[in-house]
Amino acid sequence: MMDTAEMLKIFNRYRGNAIVVPGRGGRHWVRISDQPNRDLPLGDPAMGGHASFAMGLALAQPGQRIVLFDSDGDVQMGMGILATIAEQQPRNFYHFMLDNECYATTGGQPVPQATTIAYDAIARACGYPRAYAYDNLETFAINVERILSGPGPVFTALKVRPEVENEPIGSRTKWRTRTQVQAVLDLKKELGIAG
Amino acid sequence: MSEIQRAGLSPETVLAEMKKNGVTHVVWLPDSETNWLYLLMKAEPSLTLVGVNREGLAFSAAAGISAGGKTPLILIQNTGLMESGDSLRGWALGLSIPVVLMVGYRGWTRHGVNTDTAATYTERFLNAFGVNYFLVEGDDDAPRISIAFDEAKKTKRPVAVLVADEYHGFNR
Repeated sequence: MMDTAEMLKIFNRYRGNAIVVPGRGGRHWVRISDQPNRDLPLGDPAMGGHASFAMGLALAQPGQRIVLFDSDGDVQMGMGILATIAEQQPRNFYHFMLDNECYATTGGQPVPQATTIAYDAIARACGYPRAYAYDNLETFAINVERILSGPGPVFTALKVRPEVENEPIGSRTKWRTRTQVQAVLDLKKELGIAG
Repeated sequence: MSEIQRAGLSPETVLAEMKKNGVTHVVWLPDSETNWLYLLMKAEPSLTLVGVNREGLAFSAAAGISAGGKTPLILIQNTGLMESGDSLRGWALGLSIPVVLMVGYRGWTRHGVNTDTAATYTERFLNAFGVNYFLVEGDDDAPRISIAFDEAKKTKRPVAVLVADEYHGFNR
């Protein structure tokens, strides 16, 4: 398993000017990214929707590369979107998934089939032309440039160490520096989109 | 049956409203009687159809499309609307997404006596989330679709169009 923050630092070397939806990796990404106006650190608007949101963004902005850091719990909750993404074939969509084998924000309970499910095989079976799975930082570091240099949609599952939270939600450290609405407005401004 | 009900809402009218209001992407899951509309939308080059397999995913997909500067329309049935509660809350309302939902009003009757709980809870559901809605029974009501688009843009919120009698007459 790899450390999420270290993985994101390696990814950042190859980011280019991609728009990044960091999902549950957002708490680390906001400290790593040097292009905040091209980031959408939304936290967790509603579980299971990150992939469909990022797909929608990719469809609306075909000239931009869209990178998503999804999670295993989110993918299991909204797994049907993998078929929709494969049908739409957004060539600018790079779908990474943080697989910590649990629901970390609720105390670390395992997701169904936590250790045996093959997300890359599911994505491939849905119709993603490329799908990978890595369980260590070294292999990810060797392959990330190749993943990002080819066309999407591409799915990459990454085994990451759980960062389990047990504190009451109200007591947890707030890592977002902007509201969700402000983050969207900042991106629109960056892209020259009215409103 | 009233004249309005006999006239029905034609899929051509719905498509014209979509084009008039600049819809670029229709995020949808088939309703019981939307096949003719589907064929029209599929033939319309200005529209991208994004089929989902669970209605909650339509709200997050539409939020992404809107964040990317395009104009989505969500086309679902009231049963699926009710399945979508958390996604409506978190993605559409939470991100202030101006989006119109065209919702097939399964079970609706003009006299208020229905035998389908899908109809019983539809308006209560929308009221619970503070989502405004307009009822459309036939082509004469179609301007309300544009009013819904205007309201969504003005308020930066989702607005629903309830298509009464569940697209009566859409299948040909």
